[in-house]
Amino acid sequence: MSEMSINILIGGEAGQGLVTIGQLMAKALVRGGHDVLVNQDYMSRIRGGHNFFAIRTGPEPIQCTTEMVDILVALNKETLEIHGSQLTERGIVVADEKIDCRGLNALKVPFNDLASKPLFYNVVALGVLGAAVCNDIAILEGLLQDTFGKKGSEIVASNLEVLRKAYAWVKEQNFDFSCMPPPPENPDKRIMINGNEAIALGALAAGCNFLSFYPMTPSTSVALTLINKGKELGFVAEQAEDEIAAINMALGASWAGARSIVTTSGGGFALMVEGISLAGVTETPVVVILVQRPGPATGLPTRTEQGDLNLALYAGHGEFPRAIFTPGTPEECFYLTHRAFDLAERYQTPMFVLSDQYLADSYRAVEPFDLDKLPEVAKPLLKPENPKEYKRYALSDDCISPRAIPGFSEALVKVDSDEHDEQGHIVEDAPTRVAQNSKRLCKGCGLWAEVVPPGYYGPDEPDVLFLCWGSTLGAALDASEMADLKVAVLHFTQVYPLKDEQFMPFLEAAKEVVCVEGNANGQFARLLRQETGYGVNNFILRFDGRPITARYILAGLKNIL
Amino acid sequence: MINIEAYGTFDTAWCPGCGNHSILECVKLALSELDIAPHQVGFVSGIGQAAKAPQYLNCNMFNGLHGRSLPAAQGARLANPNMVVIAESGDGCNYGEGGNHFLAALRRNMNMTLLAHDNQIYGLTKGQASPTTAKGQVTKTQPFGAPSEPFNPVAVAVTMHTGFVARVFSGDQEHLVNIIKQAINHKGFSLVDILQPCVSFNKVNTFGWYKDRCYRLDESHDPKDWDAAMKKAVEFGDRIPIGVIYKDDKPGFEEGMPSLAAGPLATRELNKTKLAEIIDSFT
Ligand SMILES: Cc1ncc(C[n+]2csc(CCOP(=O)(O)OP(=O)(O)O)c2C)c(N)n1
Ligand code: SF4
Ligand SMILES: [Mg+2]
Repeated sequence: MSEMSINILIGGEAGQGLVTIGQLMAKALVRGGHDVLVNQDYMSRIRGGHNFFAIRTGPEPIQCTTEMVDILVALNKETLEIHGSQLTERGIVVADEKIDCRGLNALKVPFNDLASKPLFYNVVALGVLGAAVCNDIAILEGLLQDTFGKKGSEIVASNLEVLRKAYAWVKEQNFDFSCMPPPPENPDKRIMINGNEAIALGALAAGCNFLSFYPMTPSTSVALTLINKGKELGFVAEQAEDEIAAINMALGASWAGARSIVTTSGGGFALMVEGISLAGVTETPVVVILVQRPGPATGLPTRTEQGDLNLALYAGHGEFPRAIFTPGTPEECFYLTHRAFDLAERYQTPMFVLSDQYLADSYRAVEPFDLDKLPEVAKPLLKPENPKEYKRYALSDDCISPRAIPGFSEALVKVDSDEHDEQGHIVEDAPTRVAQNSKRLCKGCGLWAEVVPPGYYGPDEPDVLFLCWGSTLGAALDASEMADLKVAVLHFTQVYPLKDEQFMPFLEAAKEVVCVEGNANGQFARLLRQETGYGVNNFILRFDGRPITARYILAGLKNIL
Repeated sequence: MINIEAYGTFDTAWCPGCGNHSILECVKLALSELDIAPHQVGFVSGIGQAAKAPQYLNCNMFNGLHGRSLPAAQGARLANPNMVVIAESGDGCNYGEGGNHFLAALRRNMNMTLLAHDNQIYGLTKGQASPTTAKGQVTKTQPFGAPSEPFNPVAVAVTMHTGFVARVFSGDQEHLVNIIKQAINHKGFSLVDILQPCVSFNKVNTFGWYKDRCYRLDESHDPKDWDAAMKKAVEFGDRIPIGVIYKDDKPGFEEGMPSLAAGPLATRELNKTKLAEIIDSFT
């Protein structure tokens, strides 16, 4: 339920520091006990243009972003022009006194008076915003201390002074905006984290120790987090010359004993495709993080879409098993990435985690991840039993050949991109081909047996069932609660393989099934039909590069019903 | 010393008279003379006739994709600093399909060896021009003669001050063994460009053609003298110098990566306490 929430939108040009203001404000709200959900909208440029950072916040759980704006922080005039119409009835504008607010309910801030120099404009904005939402100033003081502490006490002191001035100034104003309801008393401790950071932490928690990558929005912050946070853990990372190098490097490392990850977006992943096939035939574990943005080709580089499901599903020539996870929240990003590593090692085949720009950049308040609750991740063998007899691709009843790491015993570990015999030597004879190909494919049965069931939320036998996957979970949940009908949500956190017994009864019990996807073709619905024969007839699709919201779904539902 | 028999003998799929046979023998000799046991070495190759070489000796092997042996080899190297890593592939693989990886590997200067079998032709796909095919050489797919200037991997490596740059000839075995040993011992990236006849598809650069032209560099060549090395690197015509063209003992890539010091990644344990602190830092 997000009814008691307010939505703060900070808008301006790239380079004006709105992300810094947004992050600090969101963190202050989390520390104050409120929930937050961030939506970041930015252009593919470093300066100028129009970007925004929206924080939806409130005392109760927030599930998705919204178009409606209650506090519009306009760092320039354009922000007012673009977002003025989104203001709610109670909405206020926070803007420099020199900006013409055209009669809107506005807090006209004397930026020049409150900041001794332009460098401090951001702190003024932060102070005004913090005071406007009645956030305890001590929290922002602490955050500024943490942020600027490294730069010396003088810098901290001047930032604090500006912050206090801004708070004091707001107190003197007589403006019409009531504070948010207070947060619960003694709230549980939460961390503020976005989808990409959660993926990186999930990987580290799984013992991932090797990354090769090529930068590509919106995936880059997974790599950045792995590198920055992994420093103290002995994490090894290399920025490769291209994505083809990245995937091959990850596989070479994995063969030699690393736990490897690659992080990319659609275009980069397209370059990795031959390498995915190599992982399949050589049975080399690797986890691929594919953070989607709209294509084709360069598409909308900084925006969101769920358009690469088919790409992940079919990437790689030939036939080999895989699993695809599609988290809907940062928590799911963490736990499913962790799981992907365990499965990659146990089934010796590539695993995919599909996210998108919306979730990647969406900060949320979440319960700190509990490392002790995580299952152990499988490990390869350092020393197989009879090293001299070791065969990398030994045929066995469960189709899984123990994976030894070269160099730790006399065992010779031969992996081969060509079809190969049990030893790993190139062969061309038909029976060996059939035996090895069948062995690889049969691992898919194990993966199928372990599929994570989809989440079902809401009443039994609903009038409408929203079918969704990945980042659209929150919007679907919000919409289901806002609708006047009996609505439930079926959310897939694993879209491949599909195990029909886990969800067919839900589909059959619903009066109408509506598929909600961030793409134009209903890729998941097609997959569902292909795998189960079940055809979805109602679609709410979005492919304008913007996240699906509850209002968007409800508007679509009106058209359907 | 490790007996050369430890490296085994295998039937190969190569044509009789192909330079690959000699290279394979020299690789085995070099490894056994260096006292490296089969399980200590990791061969990483691509696809092509040359790239099959690791199939024909006892070793750890990652026989990957056409053009991609270098990234995989460097990944292995980063994962296990104790492994002797050797990438082995053809001129097409290394300088054509994998050209970008070749440049990046020269820049990185990791402690590993690249044995590039350079027959100046695409052997496995039956005789198309490769990046090192001479301009004007007629092939089935270049009936008017190869239209582009040939790539000179040795010269490129020298311009980049690559740690160890050698050009050798598969027909001079004693010399080849010696150079491979030096390359493996060098603590940085070693390029060994091995001129090799393809008896089936390169009727220009034959055994005799190389034999007439290749001459061993003697002591008068100082491989640490970059200008002299550059001169030798571009000498490729009536006379072709073979031997160590250039050498630079600059620090390897690994020295700039402190996280490698803790040893092979396979033996690392996750520090849960540290990770819990990291998670806490998101508060
Ligand atoms: C991606 C890809 N493209 C093309 C091929 C086909 N192919 C295999 S080997 C080769 C060329 C081999 O030439 P070279 O690397 O010089 O090795 P040689 O056979 O001469 O030893 C080609 C084009 C392939 N296997 N993979
Ligand atoms: S085709 Fe050429 S390179 Fe290949 S094995 Fe025959 S002679 Fe050697
Ligand atoms: Mg060749």
